[in-house]
Amino acid sequence: MAAPVKDPSLTDSILARHAAPAKASHWAEATRNDARARLLATGAPVRRDEYWRYTDPAPLTADEATDCPPLEPETSPVFDDVDALRLVFVDGVFAPDLSDEAAMDGVEIQPLSEALNADIHWAKDLYGALEAAGQTPVARPLAALNTAVAADGFVIRATGIAPKPVHLRYLHREDRSDVVIRHLVRVEEGASVTILENGQAASRFNKVMEIDVANNGACHHIRAQGRDHDRLAATHLFARLGTESNFKSFTLTVNGRLTRNEAVIEFTGDDAVGHIAGCCIGDGTFHHDDTVFVTHGSLNCESRQVFKKVLKNGATGVFQGKILVKEGAQKTDGYQISQALLLDEDSEFNAKPELEIYADDVACSHGSTCGAVDETALFYLRSRGVPLKEAQDMMVLAFVDEAVQEIEDDQIADEIRSRIGQWLERRST
Amino acid sequence: MLSIKNLQVKLEDEDKQILKGVNLEIEPGKVHAIMGPNGSGKSTLSYVLSGKGGYEVTAGGATMLGDDILEMEPEERAAAGLFLAFQYPVEIPGVGNMTFLRTALNAQKKARGEAELNAAEFLKLVRAKAKDLKIDADMLKRPVNVGFSGGEKKRNEILQMALLEPKMCILDETDSGLDVDAMKLVSEGVNALRSEGRSFLVITHYQRLLDHIKPDYVHIMADGRIIETGGPELALEVENNGYADLLAKVA
Ligand SMILES: Nc1ncnc2c1ncn2[C@@H]1O[C@H](COP(=O)(O)OP(=O)(O)O)[C@@H](O)[C@H]1O
Ligand SMILES: [Mg+2]
Repeated sequence: MAAPVKDPSLTDSILARHAAPAKASHWAEATRNDARARLLATGAPVRRDEYWRYTDPAPLTADEATDCPPLEPETSPVFDDVDALRLVFVDGVFAPDLSDEAAMDGVEIQPLSEALNADIHWAKDLYGALEAAGQTPVARPLAALNTAVAADGFVIRATGIAPKPVHLRYLHREDRSDVVIRHLVRVEEGASVTILENGQAASRFNKVMEIDVANNGACHHIRAQGRDHDRLAATHLFARLGTESNFKSFTLTVNGRLTRNEAVIEFTGDDAVGHIAGCCIGDGTFHHDDTVFVTHGSLNCESRQVFKKVLKNGATGVFQGKILVKEGAQKTDGYQISQALLLDEDSEFNAKPELEIYADDVACSHGSTCGAVDETALFYLRSRGVPLKEAQDMMVLAFVDEAVQEIEDDQIADEIRSRIGQWLERRST
Repeated sequence: MLSIKNLQVKLEDEDKQILKGVNLEIEPGKVHAIMGPNGSGKSTLSYVLSGKGGYEVTAGGATMLGDDILEMEPEERAAAGLFLAFQYPVEIPGVGNMTFLRTALNAQKKARGEAELNAAEFLKLVRAKAKDLKIDADMLKRPVNVGFSGGEKKRNEILQMALLEPKMCILDETDSGLDVDAMKLVSEGVNALRSEGRSFLVITHYQRLLDHIKPDYVHIMADGRIIETGGPELALEVENNGYADLLAKVA
């Protein structure tokens, strides 16, 4: 099928509104130019694109980001209690004075702006490579845009067992900000690192994280997207998983006018495990899209996609999830579940689960459900004296728990549970 | 304790009358048993009393300690002291049994203006009660009723009753699915709770249970009505002759 002919001016204007980043070294400039060419070739996303059928990309590509005044700072921000190496961005710009020193045992950390000017052999080869590979079979123009213009972010290389997580925190101070951030993570053989992300970031946020996990490496990623209502975000996560590697990613999204989180995971080595999970809760003007593409290209790997959406007052949830099992990727164990809990009749969930399998000895399953709170269970709780609102909240927490359980660290999982609980408490039924 | 007067109930979505005028007076400290064929409306009566949706009261009413319970939310009825041990206890994946028990107990205490229990106090209490019912710690850790055997579910109902210390306990076929040992355990749990200020309404199919939990009165329910009331000997008569004779008498 031929790609639809698009108005090139939209793409031009997107590129024009992002100031050209400061000149970097030759290799980085070449990577940026390639990305720019990819974006021009595919064009900016439009609603007509099959991949954007359920989510209108217009707010993400419009000339102006919407206003989204920053909220009062939280008294106890997410992950504050986690002992972590904290790296803070303010409106998309790294703020060293608010951050810890970017150094810890077993991990090399460098600001992207420096890395793109340096000659780091592994970063040179990797930067933009997973994004570029992830453009087929489906174009991801906003990720190409990110590679073309990103100037800030971090380049993180785990060479051993990181003693504590790296925490990327995005603060937001301007009413209107159009922010692009890019991270590159490489986990060397046998190494492991946990990456945390949270914060409002910007009124419009484009973030890409490439994660390359070498053989026997482990990477755990937990992110909390919140809290402001008018936030727009398009994020991409590209992961490549080597032999016997372990990758787990969990995202909590609360509020936000429009969020599209794409995840592209490719198994290249045998016996690896890759899980991607998400939980979103939205009330009112809230549109949340999880778009996931998992490719099995090696033997005996396990992939899991677990997505739970809690929607009320006209909130919309979208899930597009694909498992592609290539020829020869035998013994693949692929699981995918996407479920929405609609707290009223105004909310909506669109799911497009897909399996494409070219190997005969695999076990793949997928399921998608959409429904209201179970009345029988609700009555059971109430008959024991639990008030209606509290009983509903218990049911919501129970509903999302399959996703939250994907978080390896119990302390962090409990924090996510309590954040969801607090969100529910703040809302009357 | 509980006073049911000419209670008539139909299904909300269907033109189907299920209870056709039930009258029942339960005094404090007494144990009443209701027996009756399948489909006679026993569970419906227990659901309507505890506030399950889907039913419409077309006439009559019910009061507990003088309050019109049919006007209350299910949780208000619970806090006022009403408890239903379900015929089919509900599985709730994702909700931990302990969290559930503690939330329920503290919610009731809060509603009554009593001090809530902290985690340590609660743990101590639940362990003691669970031990009496031979419920092991593992069962408490699991999600509510998920993966429980039929007997475990029923024991969990009695555990909840023991913790919540209700005034009016309704047991809907708590004996079904129990082997002899489990039935003894459950009955002992119930008997331990018998007291002057607490009443029981025991719904059962079989006289068996009533050997363990000795009732003061036995009622026979058929087609949405109580058709006969007597002492424990009525249960024996049903055991020996079935319901046919009794049904024939009213027909
Ligand atoms: N929610 C319902 N929907 C349809 N029929 C119902 C419902 N609840 C009860 N009934 C019907 O009402 C009658 C009484 O049922 P029930 O109260 O469960 O009887 P029992 O507990 O005595 O066996 C039966 O005919 C049953 O099918
Ligand atoms: Mg019944």
